[in-house]
Amino acid sequence: MSAPAPVTYIAQGGDWAEIAAAQAERADETIVVNMGPQHPSTHGVLRLELELEGETVTSVRPGIGFLHSGIEKNMEFKTYAQGSAFVSRMDYVAPMFNEAVYCLAVEKLLEVEAPARANVLRVLVMELNRIASHLVAIGTGGMEIGALTVMTIGFREREVIVDFFEALCGTRMNHAYIRPGGVSIDLPENGLAQLRSLIEWLHKHLPEYAGFCNENPIFKGRMCDVARLDLTSCMALGVSGPPLRATGYAWDLRKNQPYCDYETYDFDVITWDTADAYGRFRIRQQEMWESLKIVEQCYDRLEATSGAPVMVDDPTLAWPAQLTVGPDGQGNSFGHVKQIMGLSMEALIHHFKTVSEGFRVPVGQVYSAIESPKGELGCHLVSDGGSRPYRCHFRDPGFNHLQAVPALCEGGMMSDVVVAVASLDPVLGGVDR
Amino acid sequence: MTQPADQAVARPTPAAPTVVRQGMWGPGPGAVSGYGGLRQPVIRHRLSPRPLGGWFDEVADRLIALVPELGEDVFEVDRGELTVAVPGRLLAQLARHCRDDAWLRFENCVSVSGVHFPDEPGAEFHVVYHLLSITHNRRLRLEATCPESDPHLPSLVATYPMADWHERETWDMFGVVFDGHPHLTRILMPDDWVGHPQRKDYPLGGVPIEFKGAEVPPPDQRRSN
Repeated sequence: MSAPAPVTYIAQGGDWAEIAAAQAERADETIVVNMGPQHPSTHGVLRLELELEGETVTSVRPGIGFLHSGIEKNMEFKTYAQGSAFVSRMDYVAPMFNEAVYCLAVEKLLEVEAPARANVLRVLVMELNRIASHLVAIGTGGMEIGALTVMTIGFREREVIVDFFEALCGTRMNHAYIRPGGVSIDLPENGLAQLRSLIEWLHKHLPEYAGFCNENPIFKGRMCDVARLDLTSCMALGVSGPPLRATGYAWDLRKNQPYCDYETYDFDVITWDTADAYGRFRIRQQEMWESLKIVEQCYDRLEATSGAPVMVDDPTLAWPAQLTVGPDGQGNSFGHVKQIMGLSMEALIHHFKTVSEGFRVPVGQVYSAIESPKGELGCHLVSDGGSRPYRCHFRDPGFNHLQAVPALCEGGMMSDVVVAVASLDPVLGGVDR
Repeated sequence: MTQPADQAVARPTPAAPTVVRQGMWGPGPGAVSGYGGLRQPVIRHRLSPRPLGGWFDEVADRLIALVPELGEDVFEVDRGELTVAVPGRLLAQLARHCRDDAWLRFENCVSVSGVHFPDEPGAEFHVVYHLLSITHNRRLRLEATCPESDPHLPSLVATYPMADWHERETWDMFGVVFDGHPHLTRILMPDDWVGHPQRKDYPLGGVPIEFKGAEVPPPDQRRSN
């Protein structure tokens, strides 16, 4: 039997009769579908080249790079403090984690440690951000299989969390809140009260996700035994985060290689034993409760350490002004402006040295890694002794995990591809950087 | 864990000059900051004397036992992290041992990253592999170099399948060719892109910012660089 003659199709169509006739003559039923990059259920600008035999996926090749923004290159021309604002924009669903891993790398190079209260604030914003990120993962993942309500309530809760971020540092996303040496700003005056009402809100509403989804037969029908990836495959593909824990392996950098004093918090590493999309969903759901547990512990510590410094006590590193968020959402410090503009020439020079020139970081290279909501987020930072990173490379978990898409999808149904991609929770801003 | 400078020796890279950094606010026409003339030698590679401390000696001994060619002068402990400077020809062999040996068991190559040092003749490109041992809860860094004139290193995909995209990214950004990679194509830049953007001689791009009566050059052409 000779191979069918190649047929060229054009995207805009118009020659439907010819196409249908040619297709009828072909012996195979292979269809190539270009899913994305602007398809709504590929979690951003991800392109998937699918080869289908009927509705069965025989081959899938992910294509990335559509959101490549050259953040790593740009950072080489900005000071270390400015880097925080750049990295925040990578994985925009979990910006606090980008900032944290970058600042931990800078601090490792500088060999300084953030003060205790700064670490509490870092843990607080990271865990709140973890809840927000998991809500987006669960919500958009639900929406893609028709569970629209999960999306609407997911964004409702996330909204409350970003409201808190806004009150804390003035921005809802792209915070640049975590800075080398600490955090940019302490809790606002009524911050603890806002945090308390946020905790109460989450306690009230988080159970709804379990009520909607956990035993929902349609939800389970779409999620159970779909996109399986067992422990061996996870190890071979370097998969971390919820997909790894869904195989029953309790690997969490917060426990195994603690940073920011995580070893002093009481929480559990959630595992599941089904290694499928449903297991990953359940892990995310329960991790939100564990994060809430940590947030409550942060509340107590913040109450106890009120007034303690949130930036390292080193005038050559620390941002010279203690800012507060004004009613317009902008940070400012009138006392500092008065000091440098009217009272002290030395303070003005110092301000320019620290802010315009930036601090110098000793020669060397480090790798720091933290547990982001998606898995291991790493930062490889190289310094040549100057005031800008010589090279800054981020290991985004989504970048690594998208390699597993063929293993998750090939041989399965086309409709399960969106479930598989959603269960990995890639965010293309982080994948492409 | 940092080495005091007097205990460290510069790695004998072929003809590596002592780079002098003239940093920001350096001398030059129009420098009015008062800080002109700041000079600072840059010593990038230091070898650490034994004992390396902690489990580092264990791993170093094991690596030398498995690959005797490696020699003693390849270990650097800095800020609590162990780096092994691996000659390119030993890289694939060493990585396989790192993964398979029960005493090492670095199952995971979490990241591959390139660094471009145009002022290191013969070793312009450094490719850095970050290995993670879940079994022993350890991290190890392998660092290999290759010259810009012949930018080839062996691919580790046969040992670490997850390094596939990371090596593609390093090829895309730096132009390092990983021999034996199954599908070394661009990943972040378009397929027909010319050049490798993360190289230091690749311009950042950008336009001057215009003010009334003045102009600020784009970021990569400012005096502060």
